[in-house]
Amino acid sequence: MLEVDVHHRAGGFALDVGVSAGDGVTALFGRSGAGKSTLVGMIAGLVKPATGRIVLNDRILFDSKNDIDLPARQRRVGVVFQEARLFPHLSVRRNLLYGQWAGGRRNAPDLDAVCGLLGLDTMLDRSPDTLSGGEAQRVAIGRALLSAPDILLLDEPLSQLDGARRADILPWLDRLAHEAGTPIIYVSHAFDEITRLADNLIVISDGGVLASGPVEDVVSRIDLGPATGRHEAGSILHGEVRRHDEAYGLTVLSLNGADLTVPAIAAPAGAPMRLRIRARDVVLALEKPTKISVRNIIPVTIAEIAFEEGAFAEVLTRTGEQNLRARITRQSAEELGLKPGTQAYALIKSVAIVRRTPASR
Amino acid sequence: MLSAEALSALALSLKVAVLAMVIALPLALFAGYALARWRFPGKGLVTVLVYLPLVLPPVVTGYLLLIVFGPNGAIGRWLEQGLGLVLAFRWTGAALAAGVMAFPLLVRPIALAFAAVDKRLEDAAGTLGAKPATVFFTLTLPLAAPGIFAGVALGFAKALGEFGATITFAANIPGETRTLALAVHTALQRPDGDMLALGLSLIALSVGALAVGLSEFAAARIRGDRHA
Repeated sequence: MLEVDVHHRAGGFALDVGVSAGDGVTALFGRSGAGKSTLVGMIAGLVKPATGRIVLNDRILFDSKNDIDLPARQRRVGVVFQEARLFPHLSVRRNLLYGQWAGGRRNAPDLDAVCGLLGLDTMLDRSPDTLSGGEAQRVAIGRALLSAPDILLLDEPLSQLDGARRADILPWLDRLAHEAGTPIIYVSHAFDEITRLADNLIVISDGGVLASGPVEDVVSRIDLGPATGRHEAGSILHGEVRRHDEAYGLTVLSLNGADLTVPAIAAPAGAPMRLRIRARDVVLALEKPTKISVRNIIPVTIAEIAFEEGAFAEVLTRTGEQNLRARITRQSAEELGLKPGTQAYALIKSVAIVRRTPASR
Repeated sequence: MLSAEALSALALSLKVAVLAMVIALPLALFAGYALARWRFPGKGLVTVLVYLPLVLPPVVTGYLLLIVFGPNGAIGRWLEQGLGLVLAFRWTGAALAAGVMAFPLLVRPIALAFAAVDKRLEDAAGTLGAKPATVFFTLTLPLAAPGIFAGVALGFAKALGEFGATITFAANIPGETRTLALAVHTALQRPDGDMLALGLSLIALSVGALAVGLSEFAAARIRGDRHA
C-alpha cells in the first residue's frame, strides 16, 4: 500500500496531491504538464517535495514533519522511465542484474522467470544500443523488477514508441500486470493503455487530484470533462464469451443477459472479458430500431446528462449494474427529451476487447 | 643506434612522465569531476588556477614552483624538514614540473567527459539500490573512460616533452633531470651535437605522435558512442 500526500511549489507550478495505491495496477492519468512525472520523481526519491508524507507498506519514505527523506537507493521503488535509461556500456544481462550486483538487492525474482515473463531470453548478451525502443523498454521493466522493488512505477513507458511498437509491448505489460505480483503505478496520458491495464484510476489535473477510484467508475464520470479526454472518452464494461459464430467470424458476448456481437476473439465460452466502448460509438434511440446494420442494440436507462458548452452532451446510461457512456449532440438530447429515468436503446457501433479479465480478479 | 646519452634521456623522460601522471591523474579526476558536476563558491578561481599553466610562460610556472617548492619555499622547506623530500634539482622535481604543466591538458577532457555522462542514468542506478560511490565506479567512471584516456594521452605527451618549467625548477642535470627535451636543447648547444639532437627529436616525435594518435582514437570512440 502506497500513501502519498505531498505539497510542492516550483516556479509557477503547484502540486497538491493526496493519493493511495494498493495491489494491482493503479493508473495515474493526466495531460502533459499535469504533474504526473513530478509525482513519480517524489515517490522514487528523485524530487524532494516541499512538505508532505510518503509511506510505502508502513515504511516512511518521506516525512517533512519528522525530517525523514530516504534516498532513492533505500526506497525499494522500481522506476521505468520514459526513456529506457539502460546503461550503454553494460550488456543486457548486466543491466538486468544491476540491482543485485551493484545495488545489493536480495530476494529478487529469478532472472529466468523475469526473462520468460518479458521475452528477454534472446537479448541477454546483446548491447543496449542494438535493441529497438520496445525491446529496450522491456529490458528496463525487467531491470526494475529484478531490483526486488516493493512497488513499480512506470512513467509513460510507451510515450517514446511509435504505434506499432506500442502495440507490440502492450501484451507484455498485460502479463506483467497480472503475473508480476508487484503493485504497479502506471503513468500515462493514453486512454487506451489505461483502460487496458488499470484496475484503479487516479486523474491528475492542474497539480491536484480530480478523481480516483476503480477504473470502471472513474471513466464513466461524465462530469470530468476534458480532463479524461474527449475523443477517447468511454466506458469499461465486463461481459463474458457466450458462443462463437464461425460461419460469420463473429463472437457473441453476454452483457447482463444482452447479446453483444463482435469480430471473433480467441477465448473459450464463459471467459470473462473487459470491453471498452467509446462514448462517440454509442447512438441512443427511444424505440428499438429495425432494419438497421448495427447488430448491438441493448436496452438502457438514462442515469445522468451533462450538457457542455459546445455541440455535444455527455449521457451516462445504465445497463444492469454497469455504466455506458454516450456522446450525442445537445440538439438530439433535447429533441428526444432525454432525462434521468428515460428508457432507451443504445446502438453500439464498435466494441474494443481490451483484455481477458484474469480469474484472480 | 641510440647513444647511451639518448637512451638515458628517453628513460628519464618516461620515468618523469609516468610519475607525473600517477600523481596528477587522481587529482585531475577529482578536479574534473568537481568542475563538471559541482557548484561551489570560488569555482571560477579554481578554474583559473587549473588552467593557468596552459597560458603562463613555462619559465614563469617553473619560477613559481621554485618559490613555493624550492629549498626556501614554504612547502619545499616543510617537505625537506618533515619528510626529507627534496624536489628542486631532482628528477622528482622534474616530475612535479611536468605534472603541473600537463594538468590543464589532463583536466579539460576529463571534465568534458564527466559533464557528458547522462545524470539520468545515475538517477536510474540509484533507484536500483546503488550507493553514490558504486554509481561512480560502475557507471560514471566507465562512461567517462574514453575522455579520461584522451586526457592521459595528451597529458603524458606534454609531460614527456616539457621544457621551460623543468629547466627552471629542476635544472639540467645529466642523468637526474636532463629529459628528452632538455637533452635536445643541450645537444644543440654543442658544435657536434646535430646528429644527437636529430635522433632525440625523432624519438620525441614518435612518442608524441603515438600519444596524440591514441588520444584521437579515444576521442573518436567517445563521438562514436554518443551517436550510436
